[in-house]
Amino acid sequence: MSAPDRSLVGAAARPRGWIERFCRPVSGNRRTSFGDIAIVAISALFLGIFLVIPLATIFSLALKNGIHAYFRAVTEPYARSAIWLTFVTAAVVLPINLGFGLAAGWAIGKFEFRGKEFLTTLIDLPFAVSPVIGGMLFVLLFGAQGIVGPWLIAHGVKIIFAKPGIILATMFVTSPFVARELIPVMQASGSEEEQAAISLGAGGWQTFFRVTLPNVKWGVLYGVILCNARAIGEFGAVSVVSGNISGLTSTMPLYIEVLYDDYNFSAAFAVSSLLSLVAVLTLVAKRIVGRHVGVGTAASASADEELAA
Amino acid sequence: MSVEVRNLVKKFGDFTALSGVSLRVETGELVALLGLSGSGKTTLLRIIAGLETADSGAVHFYGADATAISVRERKVGFVFQHYALFRHMTVFENIAFGLRVRPRAHRPSQAEIAQRVHELLKLVQLDFLASRYPSQLSGGQRQRVALARALAVEPKVLLLDEPFGALDAKVRQELRRWLKRLHQELRITSVFVTHDQDEALELADRVVVMNAGKIEQIGTPEEVYHHPVNAFVYNFLGNVNLFHGRIENGKVHLGDTILELGSAERQSVNGASGNAALYMRPHLLEIDRTSRGGKSFRATVRAINAAGPQVKVELEADWGDPVQVELDHERYRDLAIEPGESVFVCPRQSRVFIYQI
Repeated sequence: MSAPDRSLVGAAARPRGWIERFCRPVSGNRRTSFGDIAIVAISALFLGIFLVIPLATIFSLALKNGIHAYFRAVTEPYARSAIWLTFVTAAVVLPINLGFGLAAGWAIGKFEFRGKEFLTTLIDLPFAVSPVIGGMLFVLLFGAQGIVGPWLIAHGVKIIFAKPGIILATMFVTSPFVARELIPVMQASGSEEEQAAISLGAGGWQTFFRVTLPNVKWGVLYGVILCNARAIGEFGAVSVVSGNISGLTSTMPLYIEVLYDDYNFSAAFAVSSLLSLVAVLTLVAKRIVGRHVGVGTAASASADEELAA
Repeated sequence: MSVEVRNLVKKFGDFTALSGVSLRVETGELVALLGLSGSGKTTLLRIIAGLETADSGAVHFYGADATAISVRERKVGFVFQHYALFRHMTVFENIAFGLRVRPRAHRPSQAEIAQRVHELLKLVQLDFLASRYPSQLSGGQRQRVALARALAVEPKVLLLDEPFGALDAKVRQELRRWLKRLHQELRITSVFVTHDQDEALELADRVVVMNAGKIEQIGTPEEVYHHPVNAFVYNFLGNVNLFHGRIENGKVHLGDTILELGSAERQSVNGASGNAALYMRPHLLEIDRTSRGGKSFRATVRAINAAGPQVKVELEADWGDPVQVELDHERYRDLAIEPGESVFVCPRQSRVFIYQI
C-alpha cells in the first residue's frame, strides 16, 4: 500500500511547483521566464488560428466585391426573407423558453420532490443528443409519414417543411439554456427569503415576482442571451425539418449553405458576416451581464458577510 | 396572544425531530427554547410559525386551532437566523414589504407606509440607514432590520430562530439587552430558539430545555438553573464536573475514595443504592490543605488559570478523573497552591442522579 501512496505524493508535489510558478500575480517583480512567453505565445497562436483569422476572413471575403455588392447580397429578397425568418423564430422561441426555464429553474432550484434528478437530466437531453436527431424526431412525429403528421396534414396543419417545424426544432435545441443557467442560481440563493416573504403575508406570485425573480434577474438575462445566440445560429435541427425552400423556410444559416453550394462565396460571406456580428454582440452582452451573474448568489452574499464583519 | 402546542410529532425520514411535545406560552411572555443542535427546538419554532407542518398534534393560537392555517395568515413575525433580508431591496423597502404585499383593501397608503417604516427604524435605532442595502450593513444591524421587518406587520406572536447565533460575542451581549428592553416595551408574545444557555437564562421569562425531540424541563431561569429535574438539564446548564460511581448506604464510592453525601443529597437518594452520576459545579467546590474526612477527597493540582473574574484550577482526583474548581482570587492568594501539589477538595453542594436500571 505504501508504494502507490508515495508515487501519488510525488505526482501531486511536482505539478504544484509548476502551478505556483504560473499563478503568480502579474504585478510580481519576478523576471519573465521562457515558460511564461511560451504559454502566452501558444494561447495567442491558438486564438489567432481558430478565432481571429477566420473572423477576419469572413469580413474580408464578404467585402471582396465592394461595399455595394455586400449590401446587394444582404438585401436581396431571399436574404431578407431568411434574416426575417431567423429573427421571427428567435422572437417566438425566446419567450417560450424563458417561461419554461423560469418554471423549471424555480421548481428544481427551490423545491424538493420525487423525480427531481430525473427532470434535471431530462432538461439536459437536447444538449446531449445531436441537433440532427432533434430535427429527425419532429420529422418522425409530424412528417407526412410520421405518427401524427398525416392527421395534421389532413386538417390543413403543415409543420414539417414549414415555419412551425423550424420554430419547434429551434425550441427543442435551445430549451435547456435558461433553465441550466437558472437552476444553480436559484439553488444558491436558497429559500429563506421566500419563507420570509410568505411569513410577511405575501402570496405565491407576489413572492415570485418581488423576491425570487429580482434575485436571479442577471442569471435570466444571461440564459436568454445564450439561448438567443443559439436560436439564431441553429443549423442541424432546422436543416432537417425546413426543406430549405428559399424565400419561405430558409433561415440565415441555411441560406448561407445554399449560397456556398452555389459557389456564391462573396454573398455567402456577406450573410455570414451578419451572423458573426450578432455573435460578437452576444459576446459583449454576455460579458457585461456575466459580471452581474454573481450578484445575489450565496457565494457573493457570504463574501458580503465577510466584508461587513 | 397565547400560543399552545399539543403533542407535536415530526419526523424527517428516520430522524425524529419532535416526539410528542406540548407547550403553552402565555400572552406577553418571552420564552426560550434551549437545546443542542438536533434537539428539535428550531423544528418546534417553525411548526409554530407554520413554515413546517407537524406529522401529528395541534397548534393553538388564543385557544383557537391554528394547525390548518397557512403561514401567510397566522400573523406571526419570524426572524431568521441568517436574517433572510431581501438582498435587492433597501432597508426601507425590506421593512415596507409586509405592508406593500397586503391586499389592496387593507394596504396602507404610501404616506402611512413611510411613516410606519420610519417609526420602526427609530425603534431599532437605524433610521439613518433607510436607503442602504443589506450587504452594506453589519451583522447586528441586519438582525435589527430583520426584527423591524417582522414587526411591521404587527404580528401577534414574534418567533426568533437563533437571533444572535451569527454575531460575535460583544454585539450579541448588546443586542440581547436591547431585545429584552424592546420586549418589555412591546410585550409581544415571543419565542426564541438558542443553544446558548447564558442567552436563555438572561433573556427569557421561562426557559424550555429540549433534548432529542423532547422537553426536559420548563421553568423560570432560576428554577431550571437551581432545581434541574434531571441529569441532562443539570449538565446542560452551566459548567459541571461529572463523576461516575456507586452509591451504598448514603455514601458514594468513587474508585477507592468514599465520599459522604450532604443531607439534601441523602434525601434525594432516599436510601437507594446503585450506579450513580455525581454532578458538582466548579464554583461549589472548595480547596483545602487539610482533610475533612469523608466530606472531602484528595486531588493533585494540574494547572491554574488566574486570568478572569475567577481562578480556574484544574486538578486530578485520586481515582483519576479531572476536576475543575473555581475559586475567588482572595481564597486563591490565601491558599497559595502550585501545580503538582496535593490538596483536598470539598464539595459544598452536589447533585446525585441514580441511573435508571
